[in-house]
Amino acid sequence: MKRLACFLLPVLLSACDGGLWNNPYPVADEGKPILYTAFTERPKHLDPAQAYSENEYEFLAQIYAPPLQYHYLKRPYQLVPLAASEMPAVRYLNKERQPLPDNAPAENIAFSLYEIHIKPGMRYQPHPAFARNARGEPEYAHLAPHDLRDIHALSDFPHSGTRTVTAADYAYQIKRLAHPQLHTPILGVMGDYIVGLKDYAATLQQAAKKNPAAFLDLDAYPLPGVQVVDERTYRIEIAGKYPQFAYWLAMPFFAPMPPEVERFYAQDGMRERNLTLDWWPVGSGPYYLSENNPNQRMVMARNPHYDSERYPGEGEAGDAQAGLLADAGKPLPLIDKVVFSLEKETIPYWNKFLQGYYDASGISSDSFDQAVQMSVGGEAAVTDEMKAQGITLSTAVATSTMYTGFNWLDSSVGGSGERARKLRQAIAIAVDFEEFVSIFANGRGISAQSPIPPGIFGYREGEAGINRHVYDWVDGAPRRKSIEEAKKLLAEAGYPDGVDAQTRQPLVINLDTTANGVGNKARLDWLRKQFDKINVQLVVRSTDYNRFQDKIRRGDTQMFYFGWNADYPDPENFLFLLHGAQAKVGKGGENAANYSNPEYDKLFEQMKNMENSAQRQAIIDRMLEILRRDSPWLWGFHPKNYVLQHGWLHNIKANVMANNKLKYWRVDAGQRDRLRREWNRPAYWPLWLGALALLLSGAWLWRVLQKREKSK
Amino acid sequence: MIAYLIRRILYAIPILVGVNLLTFALFFVVNTPDDMARMQLGIKRVTPEAIEKWKQQRGYDKPLLVNGAASGAGKITGTIFWQKSASMFVFDFGYSDDGRSIGREIATRMGPSLAIALPTFMIGLAVYVSFALLMTLFRATALDIAGVALCVLLMSVSGLFYIIGGQFVVSKLWHLVPISGYDGGMGGFKFVVLPIVIGVIGGVGSSSRWYRTIFLEETGKDYVRTARAKGLSELTVLFRHVLKNAMIPILTGVVVVIPLLFMGSLLTESFFGIPGLGSYTIDAINAQDFSVVRAMVFLGSLLYIAGLILTDISYTMVDPRVRLQ
Repeated sequence: MKRLACFLLPVLLSACDGGLWNNPYPVADEGKPILYTAFTERPKHLDPAQAYSENEYEFLAQIYAPPLQYHYLKRPYQLVPLAASEMPAVRYLNKERQPLPDNAPAENIAFSLYEIHIKPGMRYQPHPAFARNARGEPEYAHLAPHDLRDIHALSDFPHSGTRTVTAADYAYQIKRLAHPQLHTPILGVMGDYIVGLKDYAATLQQAAKKNPAAFLDLDAYPLPGVQVVDERTYRIEIAGKYPQFAYWLAMPFFAPMPPEVERFYAQDGMRERNLTLDWWPVGSGPYYLSENNPNQRMVMARNPHYDSERYPGEGEAGDAQAGLLADAGKPLPLIDKVVFSLEKETIPYWNKFLQGYYDASGISSDSFDQAVQMSVGGEAAVTDEMKAQGITLSTAVATSTMYTGFNWLDSSVGGSGERARKLRQAIAIAVDFEEFVSIFANGRGISAQSPIPPGIFGYREGEAGINRHVYDWVDGAPRRKSIEEAKKLLAEAGYPDGVDAQTRQPLVINLDTTANGVGNKARLDWLRKQFDKINVQLVVRSTDYNRFQDKIRRGDTQMFYFGWNADYPDPENFLFLLHGAQAKVGKGGENAANYSNPEYDKLFEQMKNMENSAQRQAIIDRMLEILRRDSPWLWGFHPKNYVLQHGWLHNIKANVMANNKLKYWRVDAGQRDRLRREWNRPAYWPLWLGALALLLSGAWLWRVLQKREKSK
Repeated sequence: MIAYLIRRILYAIPILVGVNLLTFALFFVVNTPDDMARMQLGIKRVTPEAIEKWKQQRGYDKPLLVNGAASGAGKITGTIFWQKSASMFVFDFGYSDDGRSIGREIATRMGPSLAIALPTFMIGLAVYVSFALLMTLFRATALDIAGVALCVLLMSVSGLFYIIGGQFVVSKLWHLVPISGYDGGMGGFKFVVLPIVIGVIGGVGSSSRWYRTIFLEETGKDYVRTARAKGLSELTVLFRHVLKNAMIPILTGVVVVIPLLFMGSLLTESFFGIPGLGSYTIDAINAQDFSVVRAMVFLGSLLYIAGLILTDISYTMVDPRVRLQ
């Protein structure tokens, strides 16, 4: 009994720690400027040379500081310096490496030279790789396996240190993109542009083959396209003209990497303990990863050495009124700690948000009606219930596009022939994406008029931007053409009433998709219904992910679902998806529809290297008209992001390009604690009632048994 | 008994090899090494060179089962099957496809799984046996009928309903425990109490009905009649005689699952945010991570065999007539 009491007492005391009973966080954290948020999927990579997914950038963008970033408040999206002291100066050179004027034609430019100056005094997060002993030598550079006996996390190292960020660290990271043991997703693209990177990758591959067990010292091999000029300046040499390169400089691929960190992690026994750069990133950004348990919680703490950035002092019109400039000039970050908890399921996530234990939340379809109401004009606003809790909504159209592609190599739906083109146009009219967005996305999306989403140069608002092959402009809004027009086009294509005029066989079109199961049945049924409108039979060929990818690679499809999320806000990043040289079949590119049109391809080559200008817009307009006419995709829709946040969270502005947003956010922890207490008072009566019921039924049972025994 | 145990352990080796071979065959019927590489590298900007490099680094560039290009033992040892399987027999699970140590992952995640599964198992067993004995005690009365009806009702409800309903009522309406989360040590009590209670309630229906049937069968036997004739109280008859003699069928179902407890529960852990092993295998299958799949299947088979051996041993403890030879 004593033992039981000894066990139960601390357990019960721990439950009564003075905090709210349903508070999942320690009481000691109350009142502190901590942001509570969640992640649904563990990141695969945290090495800036390997990570490329949104859920990985959610962490990395706070930890690493590449040269550039997107302005948090200004629209359209605009690049501004982050680690760079100013925007990089670009010089153009001819084949003889002689300077060319800034307005030199792209075909004359053989090389572009980006010179980047970094800010002085930037320092890395605290890390054991920087620790120095009394003699000033790296303390943990030569560890033996037994030195790691009691080490399970970075925090187990007794000492840590920091050092100043140098231009050489940026150059080192660019070399890492070609590291033979790393899988850099952009090596192919960068190999085409950064001078010598492709050969450098081959050289490193050879070196690694010669001595696979040895640490590969990248600095022992020069990369001609990257030169360190001085402590704070480096140059990147690009083949030809590639204005989009500046956007890549805002990604963690180009963040600084101290070589001693890579050496530190390469020591024997580190990998067995999951002590790798892919698991424990080391950056010079506003936060560092202080706890990494992706099965439960990942915590980022403020980098105590980060003091190079202030909250922006200007934004776009209306930002000041919205309170978004209230913190102008304050040192960033404004929050000390960010706690990411793993929430795989949407229901617990949503309920914890309503209880105040998460500061912001997306909206799942299940909770949409509870959270959002649409006005007569189609404007989304939070419901009265949310309003009463002080919850606000921010929305933004994502720089993404969800489309349905036709395989250009298919004999029925593909190709530039009149017959197939009219068939595709008829289908484009029949498949009503406005209805799709309304039914399946709760209205969170806008019908696409082309591959380019709003917010990207080249997108046109209003009548000038509509797809005239599918819509008419009526009463100041686009209206989808009638089914009669679709049927007429279908008849002109040789399929009157959905029947092949030559063979007298009904027209059957196959859709390849990975969607199957009950969850997707409604969507697929809806799609069949759209085809039924023009008497075309749609056959859905559901397949697993591997086979689907295989079919796409081989061009063994007729129609398929796909999506694209922008790498950077430039039309080139969308229009290249339909460039002939990018065809999936034979070329292994990103043009999954295998679309090919010589005029379009020529215009693309011309447009891709241009600065944004009226001339570029005119070329894009022509390209979009070609696409709309050829209709190689059903343009689908651009999703709209809806995010809810509590009233205690400030400086929230939707920005779909910037991933390093957390440093701008501010939390009013006092207000949060007060409201949490108000919303989460425990109900004690069920406990008393339960105890009473247990006692009474026990007593009754005892009485019945006693009676029975007596009657015996 | 020692000889019996050694024999059983030796039998386990071909079983484990067979399970391993079957897992390997099933996995690679559905996925090719190229598919695995593409899954790991993502769908954007993946080049054929990157796929080859990935396969080479992780040893998936070798033949699956027989290496025709090699000679002698190399025909077998130079294959994916050998290189991915042999090390497991010395409990070296290697690394997952995203580069994490599988052994360390299992060691880290088994604790939280056990924190839920062990109390649920023990409390559950006590509750189910007690409830079944209560129904047996009041057999053929209104209480028994109500108990059976309750069991049928509880059996008819989906496990997911208990979880979502429990979270809604206890955490959202009454604010008594956190909806989800986990913490080690004593601070973790408030996180595990609801999943344990729900786990126990979720099993009441089927288990209590099963135990009731066992107990009712026992109560019809001669020794029970004799005990009653001797004037023993009904409680003494049930707890001292019926329960003891019903142990063999109970142990058959119970002991075998003990070693598997640390493998966790997929649904419970997902909804309550428990960082256990419940979803490790499923996530690995979805990610086409063969290294994790084969490690978890190997471990599951090993623990199941251990459970069966433990069950045999437990028989000798509760029934002196049983001898392991």
